[in-house]
Amino acid sequence: MMYDWLYNLTGNEILAMFIVSLLPLFVFILPFALFAVLMERKVSAHMQDRLGPMRTGYHGILQTVADIFKLLQKEDLVPTATDKTLFNFAPLLVFIGSYAAFAAIPFSGFFIGSKIDLGLIFIVGVTGLVVAGILMAGWASNNKYSLLGAMRAAAQIISYEIPTLMIILMIVMLTGTLSLYDLSELQTAYFWNWLILGGPAVGLQKILLIPFMIMGCLIIYTSTLAEVNRTPFDIPEAESELVSGYHTEYSGMKFAMFFLAEYANMFAVSAIVAVLFFGGYQSPFGYLGNTLGWTWLVPIEQFFWFTSKGLFFVFVQMWLRWTLPRFRVDQLMAFCWKYLIPFSFVILLLVGLIALM
Amino acid sequence: MKTAEEIFNQLKEKFGSSIIELKTDKPVEPFIVVHPLEIDKICLFLRDDKELLFDSLMNLSGVDDANGTKVKDDKGLETINGGTLSVYYHLESTKLRHKLTLKTSADREKPEVVTVTESWKGADWHEREAYDMYGIIFLNHPDLRRILMPYDWEYGFPLRKDYKNPEFYQGMKVPY
Amino acid sequence: MTQYSIQNTKDSKLKTEEMVLNMGPQHPSTHGVLRLELQIDGEIIIDVVPHIGYLHRCFEKHCEAMTYPQIIPYTDRMDYLASMYNEFGYALAMERLMKIEVPERVEYIRVIMGELQRIASHLVALGTYGADIGAFTPFLFCFRDRERILHLFEITCGARLLYNYIWIGGLSHDLHPDFIRLTKEFIKDFRPNVKELNELLSYNRIFIERTANVGILPIETAINYGVTGPNLRASGLKWDLRRDDPYSAYHKFDYEIPVGSGEKGKTGDCWDRYYVRVLEMEESLKIIEQAIDTIPDGDVSSAIPKRVKPPEGQIYTRVENPRGELGYFIISDGSLNPARVKVRAPSFVTMQVFPELCKGFMVADVVAILGSVDIVLGEIDR
Repeated sequence: MMYDWLYNLTGNEILAMFIVSLLPLFVFILPFALFAVLMERKVSAHMQDRLGPMRTGYHGILQTVADIFKLLQKEDLVPTATDKTLFNFAPLLVFIGSYAAFAAIPFSGFFIGSKIDLGLIFIVGVTGLVVAGILMAGWASNNKYSLLGAMRAAAQIISYEIPTLMIILMIVMLTGTLSLYDLSELQTAYFWNWLILGGPAVGLQKILLIPFMIMGCLIIYTSTLAEVNRTPFDIPEAESELVSGYHTEYSGMKFAMFFLAEYANMFAVSAIVAVLFFGGYQSPFGYLGNTLGWTWLVPIEQFFWFTSKGLFFVFVQMWLRWTLPRFRVDQLMAFCWKYLIPFSFVILLLVGLIALM
Repeated sequence: MKTAEEIFNQLKEKFGSSIIELKTDKPVEPFIVVHPLEIDKICLFLRDDKELLFDSLMNLSGVDDANGTKVKDDKGLETINGGTLSVYYHLESTKLRHKLTLKTSADREKPEVVTVTESWKGADWHEREAYDMYGIIFLNHPDLRRILMPYDWEYGFPLRKDYKNPEFYQGMKVPY
Repeated sequence: MTQYSIQNTKDSKLKTEEMVLNMGPQHPSTHGVLRLELQIDGEIIIDVVPHIGYLHRCFEKHCEAMTYPQIIPYTDRMDYLASMYNEFGYALAMERLMKIEVPERVEYIRVIMGELQRIASHLVALGTYGADIGAFTPFLFCFRDRERILHLFEITCGARLLYNYIWIGGLSHDLHPDFIRLTKEFIKDFRPNVKELNELLSYNRIFIERTANVGILPIETAINYGVTGPNLRASGLKWDLRRDDPYSAYHKFDYEIPVGSGEKGKTGDCWDRYYVRVLEMEESLKIIEQAIDTIPDGDVSSAIPKRVKPPEGQIYTRVENPRGELGYFIISDGSLNPARVKVRAPSFVTMQVFPELCKGFMVADVVAILGSVDIVLGEIDR
């Protein structure tokens, strides 16, 4: 483990913890956000018969770096009629919420920020902070559009947490663990051990589990999509209706924080889906490092597989965004309460029965 | 299908002196001149009569006839005294496929015409525009405010032929 | 069915407060500078008051100071998405007032240009409608195709948006030698793209959920308000001035007039208004195909009068603009300048009916309804 290794190296608990907790931010979240913004622009461009940014660097790869510099230079506007304290604190809270989730995400067997036993519950709980931040931003902005956006966001995120939790509960029931590390370890070896294909269960049980697992996977993917406010569930920041919802009044780095949090969140939820159903950091075909006897290669391979899976789901999110129109707020709620929640309960019940077999 | 002449005779029979004359001498369209304070009843009749059924108002436009006496003040600016402002109504029947033009004129000093919003709701904004541009007062109109000009425009009615620009509007010099 | 009864929200025992939301003049989906004063209860619309005039450029006052041919560039700037058709209507009105016979080739070219312009305008309407609903990709697909049409206009008259191409009695230029070939290529490429648009947007489940049964415009209301064009046809009346009040060469071509059928909801809802435009593009393609196959030879400038001085009189002429009935009411006092030019703008009339459509729907539906009636603020404010 990274923490133990650093502890041995430095001999200082605090320093080791500090480095471990900062690593995901600097090594992963910031570069990922840079990359994801560029990826979004390129993906959307190629889906729409155009090229996207082309001028900054080779095929525009430096575009987001340039954007960051632009955002850093921008004046930090705070409208007069806002509630200053809340207005300044809201983007931080949103960012903290999505950043803290990375603490429990298992990038590889070797590196997990915090190997807590309640990893799943921790992630779900700490991303709930985002709602508070969004509500704060909407209220403090003193803008009707922001307020409407924030109200929508709160209603939406809280509703969609229910199906998410139901599916998580189903997995917990089946596997008996809440730790993301144990969950990943459970799905080791080859891809037929992934939970989407019934996990390590064997025989009739495995075959019976597969359809429910696929449905569960679709439900959790849909509801996490709603939790991160991406199209078709992007009504809190519905550009054409609410200008840009709860962050209408923000500019400069504060806006960038919302932006960063959105992309960090996109990866966080993709990571959850990957861990729950697609084996986490496990390779689908075994490890090259093990075959060759180079054990140091295994964590790197695991990191590669984990980010690839995460990025794939991020790509699907983008793909959906550039294909689908947006729901209306009542349709969105109806979709959650009338379809997703009943279905997730049924799945929970049936999977429970199968698990008892 | 009815011609303007047939409709004119029918209207003359029904409304008598409110229908003033049928103009056919000016190209290209003939039109019927009616009394400005009776136009609402005439329009209701035109809309509801089984043989006419003018269910759609294509257009309503205010016009400055500029037929009064022109007076020049000491700065050389012209104002018009007397004469009339007119309103043209272009009606159409989507069922019977015929068209009709009505004209009504009111005094420039007291331009009052009765609204036709009762017959066609679409007349609402057209009448507001005519009020906005010519100052024609549409009696009984539900919401007679300015429409294209700012609500606080106090410097007259811009499409009148003797309209003069104000020097300042809200502290801004106008031909800036 | 998601139209809420306004009375219900008022009678409910729970005390709620109405809020006034100011939408515009700077708002991403008011299609220009329109200000809507929404009275809302939660997200449900109680009333809408549109405020217009932010783009008022005094077209009618300008006209009184211009000679007749000088007005043509001004007409371009009214409905800037259908400039060709604005010129077309104005030229037609002047020709009828002055009793000019235009050569047949001119009529054909005008029809081709007018129909290309209709497709271009509808593409903007459909694309932006997709963007209003939240699907951004169809917007760019539509603009990609529109670009081809603008290129055709550019090679013909040198301008992409504001053409000054159709003159009183003729045209400013004859067709470019490549025009016929490029138009044929465009038509061949465009048909599959319409199919693609249908698959991507028109029959998308979410899109239908958002637009069907929303903003229903009953036929009687539409006629009473004077709504015309695709919005009227979507309500189910087969009314098209190209057929019902024929002008130019339209009587020589064979085409259908699509009407709304309530395929996904009630007749006259947003989906119908959207889909009528999709169908109309196909009919315009048919007209263009027939016209370029049978276009006669001739001189396009032979009938242009040297001096435009119409006799004293007045005329109201109307054409089927992509947005509906575009009427020009021109009064001539026999001089070189008109005494009065009034434009009956289709969007101006459509905008009046808008509050009726919105009542009882939600804030998100206001955007959907506004997009579906397809207004251009340049034309409303003139």
